[in-house]
Amino acid sequence: MSKDLDFNDVQGLLRFGYKHHTESAFALLRVRNHAAARAWLAAAPVGTAAKGPVPPTVLQVALSAEGLRELGVPAGIIAGFAPEFVAGLGTDPNRARRLGDVGNNDPARWQWGGPGAAQVPHVLVMVYALPGQLDARLRDLDAHWGVAFELMRWLPTTDMGGVEPFGFVDGLSQPEIDWTREIAAVDQDRLAYGNLACLGEFLLGYPNEYGRYTARPLLDAVGSAATQLPRAEDAPDRADLGRNGSYLVLRTLRQDVPAFWRFLDGQAGGDAAERLRIAEAMVGRRIDGQPLLPAARTPIAGVGAQAADRERNGFTFDDDPAGLRCPVGAHIRRANPRNADLPAGTQGLVARAVRMLGFDSAALPADAVASVRFHRVLRRGREYGQRLSPTQALTATPVVETGLQFVCLCADLARQFEFVQGAWIAGTKFAGLPHEGDPLLGNRLAAPDEPDTARFTMPRAGCPSRVVEGLPTFVDVVGGAYFFLPGVRALRYLATT
Amino acid sequence: MVVAEVRTGREQALRNVLAQMNTGPGQADPGNRLLPFGRFEALHFARFAVLVDATHGDLAAHGQAPASLPTYLAFLGDCDGPGEQQLDEFARVAPDGLGEVFAHCTGWPAADGLAAWLRARNVPVAAAYANWTGRTARRVREERALAEALGRRLRALDAPAPGRLQALRAQLVDFVATERRQGRLRVTPDPPTPAGWWWRNLAHLVAIPLLGLLLLPVLLLYAPLFAWQLRSREKADPQIAPPPALAHVAELATFEDRGITNAFTALGSVKPGRFRRVLVTVLVALLDYAARHVYGRGHLTRVQTIHFARWVFLDDKRRLLFASNYDGILESYMDDFINKVAWGLNLVFSNGVGYPRTNWLVQGGARDSQAFKNYLRRHQVANSVWYKASPGLSAIDLARHTRIREGLERASMSDGEIEDWLRSM
Repeated sequence: MSKDLDFNDVQGLLRFGYKHHTESAFALLRVRNHAAARAWLAAAPVGTAAKGPVPPTVLQVALSAEGLRELGVPAGIIAGFAPEFVAGLGTDPNRARRLGDVGNNDPARWQWGGPGAAQVPHVLVMVYALPGQLDARLRDLDAHWGVAFELMRWLPTTDMGGVEPFGFVDGLSQPEIDWTREIAAVDQDRLAYGNLACLGEFLLGYPNEYGRYTARPLLDAVGSAATQLPRAEDAPDRADLGRNGSYLVLRTLRQDVPAFWRFLDGQAGGDAAERLRIAEAMVGRRIDGQPLLPAARTPIAGVGAQAADRERNGFTFDDDPAGLRCPVGAHIRRANPRNADLPAGTQGLVARAVRMLGFDSAALPADAVASVRFHRVLRRGREYGQRLSPTQALTATPVVETGLQFVCLCADLARQFEFVQGAWIAGTKFAGLPHEGDPLLGNRLAAPDEPDTARFTMPRAGCPSRVVEGLPTFVDVVGGAYFFLPGVRALRYLATT
Repeated sequence: MVVAEVRTGREQALRNVLAQMNTGPGQADPGNRLLPFGRFEALHFARFAVLVDATHGDLAAHGQAPASLPTYLAFLGDCDGPGEQQLDEFARVAPDGLGEVFAHCTGWPAADGLAAWLRARNVPVAAAYANWTGRTARRVREERALAEALGRRLRALDAPAPGRLQALRAQLVDFVATERRQGRLRVTPDPPTPAGWWWRNLAHLVAIPLLGLLLLPVLLLYAPLFAWQLRSREKADPQIAPPPALAHVAELATFEDRGITNAFTALGSVKPGRFRRVLVTVLVALLDYAARHVYGRGHLTRVQTIHFARWVFLDDKRRLLFASNYDGILESYMDDFINKVAWGLNLVFSNGVGYPRTNWLVQGGARDSQAFKNYLRRHQVANSVWYKASPGLSAIDLARHTRIREGLERASMSDGEIEDWLRSM
């Protein structure tokens, strides 16, 4: 049992955002010829997490549960994966309800990934390329996999220079993965917010934030499993099919950029500064990515390898419980409330006991949401369509569909992606706020028992909150699927067994 | 909570009758023909659940042949005042509908009348938690109307200027006074709590610690033996927490997330032997004590999402039923517990067959989050009918509404207090 991580066995997306590879496209494929598909997967030149010279193009390969079935992976092995992955993202109305994928977001209306096995891609191939290199690579791929796969669709992307279509600098806050396993694999409360996340939160086969190994398929170490796959750390006599792999969530989020800026313009009565102020309150950051809050007094673990990161992520919401600087319902506050396992400022055994038992009534309101370290995802999305500036969006409309190919990685779909999406983004009672979902992503639908979910509350000092009412939807989910992004050896095993 | 034995072969027919009360999967129609829940003023929540115990066979891991236990129909609700009184009212208002339901149970027809039949099957609750002791269903309704009217009024005012907080509050107080005079808003004083309740509560408050004090010398002497008994069992007790069957989870999920609040019902066997039986009895009694005298102001330890919860022993303490009404998706409910109060879960539920392994009764256990979630789902029972009197309101909403009313009733508030008060509208 080696504690060393073999970066050559990890697909690069877990470690790199491929920011130099500004061109990219994602292929959704269905298996056409089993033997050819297996042969392609067995040899696919996937980019790994090992550091080296920047290659001109990079491939990443992920498989859906449908894809595993199609490739003939035994049902007993597939059943060892997370049940959410096995069921799929767009197939279950109960999951859709939980994730807010209803109304405009209903999987039945999706362009891809909706109900029905034929809608679900088997294989996802992500292609990243240095400027000017993509087209040739795609032609080359098309020529190679024509026999093996049928192309469902290419998901194109557009380099918007680190800005998402509404105009905000995006992708700033990411968990820092503990690659060297500095965090001891023990279960203990963390009294301060940290950005350093256990390896096992993102890679299967390693201890997670509870100091435990997330369930994944462990195989009898016989035959090719024994020779091709790494052993499980927590069960050394078993071959670990999950090790160095991760679950990958891909959702195509269509953004209505004109609707966003025109609605805010109406709310601001045409005042450009006020329009921007409301937009920034909804996002929870300045449009250039600067936080709405001052830096935390003490350094945050896992933030600060670079000064820019300290500037942009060296803050928590501890000193702003009412949301006067950054509204409690702001998008970034929902997605990452930046809190610890106990209410902020807990020190000493007595304070700890008092707060553990819930006796500190002043701490309770902010404690409605806690322990964010169990609910982080690693985001790897890419924009698509046409970029419009906020001013352009007031008068023009993009000529092509515009939005985000949302990509995130995690080891526990239920506890990480589904929790954040269901409880915090789509949820209409986040942190006790009534009547509002996520200001950007909310579906605004009246629940059977909640007629109004279309508000956004901006608390103010010295007077009542400003409540923006009648928010329309700005973002629709138009496609999506769950994939498994296997370790390299696991990919070869799946392709050859 | 009424627990009635379902007659052999009648389970499906019973389920068919229960389904007639619903508008959607498990969601009660407040005006349904059989039991019009909406007509009962003092009722907060109610449910019917057919207690099919899929995990009873787990006892085999303790070397016990599982007894053949009947399938029960559980009928439980959370109401103001004594439960028997609520049962009598059910019997009075809906004798025919309840007859259609309970006709599928043994002991029917009711020789001494429906009310007596129900009372005879009313099992004692071992521990009960209410989010807010004494907040009646009527007050929930009135406070909601008050909070919503104030919120609308506040937002209708033109951008209120800073520094005019006192005047703004006076304006809102006047507004409510006018609305009350016109009969559009009500703030009915709570009926006085019966003196008997206070005395019983006080006696309970004092008696349990007194008993503990009296037994202290014995407990201290017993402690080393207890530690040995506990640890030897904790190390040996089998953990049974495989992933639940997909079909079972799919069935449960069908009933969930139809609104902000969900209903959870779970059933499991208590580990065999006198040690666990006594231990779980004592711990549930202490839990009840904490719920009655320590909590009941909006939170159970750190958890603020539970409206009501109860723990009930069945079959001579061979089985334990847990039922709650909680806010949010199950994943967040489970994580709330795992991350905030795993020790509390472990204290009680580690006495159940198959629970994830604990250390010293409080450590481990639920912190094995995946095993715990599997365990919970395996033991969960789908509710056939579930009713909530205050749709759309979370427990935090209810507390917020109470704060809004209290703010109205106060003689004066500081500017800072008014700011918080306005923010809650």
